[in-house]
Amino acid sequence: MADAIDPITLAVLAGRMEQIADEMDATLFRAAFNPIIAEAHDASHGLYHAETGDTLVQGKSGLPIFVGVMSFAVKAVIDKAAEAGDLEDGDIYIFNDAHMGGTHLSDMRLVRPFYRDGEIFCYLASVGHWHDVGGAVPGNYNPSATEAFQEAFVLPPVKLVRGGELQQDIIDILMRNTRLPQSAMGDLNGQLGALDLGTKRLNELLDEYGPATVKAALDALGNRAETLMRSELSSLPNGRWEAVDYLDNDGITDEALPIKVALEISDDRMVLDFEGTAPVTAGPVNIALPTAVATAYVAIKHIFPDLPANAGVMRPVDVRVPDGSLLSAEFPAPVGGYTETILRMIDVIFSAASQAAPDRVVANAYGTINALSIAGKKANGQPWVMFSFYGGGHGGSIESDGLNHGNAPISTATIPPMEILEAAYPVMFRHWALRPDSAGAGKHRGGLGAVYEIELLEEKAEAFLFGERGRYAPKGVVGGDTAAMNHFAYEQEDGWHSPPLASKMLGIKLKKGQAVRLETPGGGGYGPASERTAMSVAQDVALGYMTEAEATATYGSTWKEADQ
Amino acid sequence: MTKMIGVDVGGTFTDVFVLDEASGIAEVAKVPTSRPDQSGGFLDGIARKVEDLSGVGVVVHGTTAGTNALLERKGAKIGIITTEGLRDVLEMRRRDRPRTWGLRGDFEPVVPRNLRLEVPERTLADGTVRVSVDLEAVQAAARELIDQGCLAVAILFANAYANPENERAAVEAVRAIWPNPHVSASSEILPEIREFERFSTTALNAYLQPEVSGYIERLDNALKQGGFEGEFMIVQSNGGVMGTDTACSLPVRTALSGPAAGVIAAGHIAHTAGFENVITGDMGGTSFDVALISEGQSMLSPQTSIDFGMVVRTPMIEITTIGAGGGSIAWVDKGGLLNIGPESAGSTPGPVAYGLGNTRPTVTDANVVLGRIDPDSPIGGKLDRLDVDAAARAIDEHVGKALGLSTVEAAEAILTVANSRMAGAIRLVSIERGFDPKRFAFMPFGGGGALHTGAMLKEVGIGSAIVPRYPGVTSAMGCVIADMRQDFVQTINTTTSALDTQNMQLLMQGHVDDGLALLDAAQSRFEARDTVFELDMAYIGQTHTVSVPLPVEVIDGRVTPPTVEEVEAAFDAAYRATYGRLLKNGIRRVMNLRTAVIGRRPKFDLRTLAPAGGDIAAAKLGSRKVHFGDAWHETAIYDRLALPVGSAVPGPAILVQPDTTVLIDPGLVGRTDDFGNTIITAEGA
Repeated sequence: MADAIDPITLAVLAGRMEQIADEMDATLFRAAFNPIIAEAHDASHGLYHAETGDTLVQGKSGLPIFVGVMSFAVKAVIDKAAEAGDLEDGDIYIFNDAHMGGTHLSDMRLVRPFYRDGEIFCYLASVGHWHDVGGAVPGNYNPSATEAFQEAFVLPPVKLVRGGELQQDIIDILMRNTRLPQSAMGDLNGQLGALDLGTKRLNELLDEYGPATVKAALDALGNRAETLMRSELSSLPNGRWEAVDYLDNDGITDEALPIKVALEISDDRMVLDFEGTAPVTAGPVNIALPTAVATAYVAIKHIFPDLPANAGVMRPVDVRVPDGSLLSAEFPAPVGGYTETILRMIDVIFSAASQAAPDRVVANAYGTINALSIAGKKANGQPWVMFSFYGGGHGGSIESDGLNHGNAPISTATIPPMEILEAAYPVMFRHWALRPDSAGAGKHRGGLGAVYEIELLEEKAEAFLFGERGRYAPKGVVGGDTAAMNHFAYEQEDGWHSPPLASKMLGIKLKKGQAVRLETPGGGGYGPASERTAMSVAQDVALGYMTEAEATATYGSTWKEADQ
Repeated sequence: MTKMIGVDVGGTFTDVFVLDEASGIAEVAKVPTSRPDQSGGFLDGIARKVEDLSGVGVVVHGTTAGTNALLERKGAKIGIITTEGLRDVLEMRRRDRPRTWGLRGDFEPVVPRNLRLEVPERTLADGTVRVSVDLEAVQAAARELIDQGCLAVAILFANAYANPENERAAVEAVRAIWPNPHVSASSEILPEIREFERFSTTALNAYLQPEVSGYIERLDNALKQGGFEGEFMIVQSNGGVMGTDTACSLPVRTALSGPAAGVIAAGHIAHTAGFENVITGDMGGTSFDVALISEGQSMLSPQTSIDFGMVVRTPMIEITTIGAGGGSIAWVDKGGLLNIGPESAGSTPGPVAYGLGNTRPTVTDANVVLGRIDPDSPIGGKLDRLDVDAAARAIDEHVGKALGLSTVEAAEAILTVANSRMAGAIRLVSIERGFDPKRFAFMPFGGGGALHTGAMLKEVGIGSAIVPRYPGVTSAMGCVIADMRQDFVQTINTTTSALDTQNMQLLMQGHVDDGLALLDAAQSRFEARDTVFELDMAYIGQTHTVSVPLPVEVIDGRVTPPTVEEVEAAFDAAYRATYGRLLKNGIRRVMNLRTAVIGRRPKFDLRTLAPAGGDIAAAKLGSRKVHFGDAWHETAIYDRLALPVGSAVPGPAILVQPDTTVLIDPGLVGRTDDFGNTIITAEGA
């Protein structure tokens, strides 16, 4: 690795390029219409390699899962363009096909070749989660989909902009295929704005430093990321560790689906082998191979948080996914519930890695995105869709108890304020609270999950839930205990009911005054419960994090004598 | 009563700026900040320069008492009474996490769960009261909080921004059984939609009330005992001052008091010197704080996070902070990349050269090794001399060896990377708001900023820099300059077509009446009274709002509201300016009304600070070798305060004064203007 660049310029350029991606993020967050991008930051921008599509630089505020997955999206465009042979300066491709670009169909990807002196210097890309992209279920979390076609409209890579000319017919197709065209148009404008800004900034940087120096810096940063990763792996013992966990079901058949990993470290290399994982399923908990590789990256970066957001990190890592498994599904297998599957992948990677590096790995987080939508028509006939993800507890760590009510490890999304939801939709939250007794016990217990109870204020509506962890609880590590499972219920004239598939159901008919209630899991515990101090247990009881009965059942009765 | 005193209490030093308007003499004092009670240093600092307080008309204070109490969790034991089902909003936050990567860390809210009590009550988003508040339950909750030893209570009800009826009734019920000045409701503190932000701001305010009001009363009493009969005021985060009564009831508004005063002073100094567009860079021990002033106006941001999960929503001077201060540590990571910060040696133990126990090189150490800081007379007077050899050894050990660079090359590398990060912050702050940084002047202040001026000019492409006369006490000077200002907000949340302009007139008039009453209650005389109205607006379906300035005049205290057409036109203009295009068929929504009522205080003549007479030859103290780029240059040293108006010092040169070192790089020239500022430009420019 002969770096043809001095260390000072490299340090300067590293910061400058990250800033370009950060500014692209900021541009879209500000301009986006839908709260999933504007508030929850379910979007990402970066610079990608001209030939391989590898992630070179990604913005700090983008969604973690996209760091790895976007390189596949860019590669899909590179392949498509090579086939067509008509790529030119000023083109921008758009697509949402998850089998080519990873994640799910809600994520609209825009990819733009960046030309310098007549050649492609790199690619710029923007991805954002649109509010609605057609399909059977508003918001696109359709737990009963058996084909991608029932999840959303599927757009392969096509040119949205040709040589600088916006293609109105493509926009017309897009806008005719969403329930919320205004929101979609706002988001699309924001993404185009981000790409414009990135192009301008990158040109300025190249004017200042010259393409050769910047190219050398990009290469050096990749090598450096690889070196860092190898040095982290070398600090761990050699060995092979296994872990298995389960998805509740695929939304069609009530049958548990194993996700299994064997983590092997030999010197400065790591293998993650998912042999033993369930085969592709009829329902939408499959993921495409790009998503699986990207997920491995997310888990690794949580274990080694100082690694850069750069494809070089993955060079010493071999991710093995068996053909035909639900981690390498082919088109048109449904993938709408990909979040649940990748959260479980992260859980098993943590569980396996905790055996190799007990001081570095945290216990499992709540492990489900809980995509809940409630949809109906207002009195004036206007359709409405309230769609959000709900939070839960984080796992305990070597340094502290887990965080109460955190966001999912694959995301940095915040939840919209209750008052914004109540102002926009005919609902009222009866509860927006922590869920006592939901944390996994341990020396450092997990964080608490939450209770959300939402009452309908209009005459009628339908609710849809796509969740997990209704049958298998988030696990502890290093001897810590499991947390409480997800629990969902809905109110009907004859009382409360729960879905037959635990955390997945569509078309739940609600009448005015009826509610849905979501109780989310906490995080797993870290270290044996027997090592938790009596004082900490007594404090948990005093604060109402635990009931007295649960505290005594879990930790024994010594807490009662503890002097707080 | 001709003296004005500004006092800024920072983490390390308390700065005092005393201006005698009659004689035109300004004096500054710097004393160590006293801990834990900052009032000792405050009074000590004033006593250094003023014996008899009876001749003082105004004392204005920029304080970190509130910020420190929040950061160190040293506020009062308080309780909250909230809507049934919502007791955990403060603890659940907006479902974020402390850091993106690693999933570690937890969060402890300022009010523990057992002191957050629920009562039956519910207001809906449209303001309808669905459940009237159960006042017996409220009083029972208040009694429980009293029994638990709480000193303040905040009433936090859902949708109280839309209708404060339940909150008002609850506050009255609590006050009836608990006569306590520290009973507040979220609709009084911040009648704005978003429950977490409103609850957090109100709870943090209550948490600070007993502490901050006690602190202000102690100062007030001590000043009075010293014969002070004038007016005592506090700087707010919005850069305006407020009376002590307001500060005691709204201490959360002091969260960024000191830094805000610095930006206000910078704006005034720059304006006087003929620069309307300026970017300030305040370099302290652990951070570099950047703020932008365009056409004389500093930018305001609607909220900030004091720490993870501790959100304060009140208008604040927008200050962007990066972890690149004098004490920031330089290190080479396992991948061979040189990094600066975020870890910092701060001011204790401080840079290696301080000899107080830190062994890892800092930005200041690089400046010391390159001769840019005089090792024999360190700033602040805490140390006798700096240990250059120790700094050089640390740079070798931690940076030079790893990168294969000599000591001097490694020190230059540290400055290059630090300067690049600082320049990046300047670029981001300006570009994010659509400004071209090249149109701005750079104003360094704080102890270390003026050492990096040349680098900022070069890196960002800025034409000139203006170093104020007293860069180390800019915030204290800002206290004396700041206007009185009150901000108000009210959520309206309606489409423009349904906008009730009569109701809006009532809201605007209410804000104006309250604001003017506060100005009337002040002893200060004001040169002018201004009112600024803005609406937060967006298209329906869009989350982020744009600030829409309203062209509304207030005549004799009466507000004439704009028509719906005027509101829509103002929105279109503001939206186009922000996003470049309008949305076809978009429905426009008015989210919040924001009002600022400002009393313009008379400005003192900055010319009083300018040097009288002097000559450039007499100001020269000697010379020493300083490293720039790749060579050592014999560099002239001047006593900055002795340089006469109109003098021009060509680089390389160093201007020294008790609180700052000003570096003039080769190729630049520093001129002393009519106000005693040093204007640095390229030679021949």
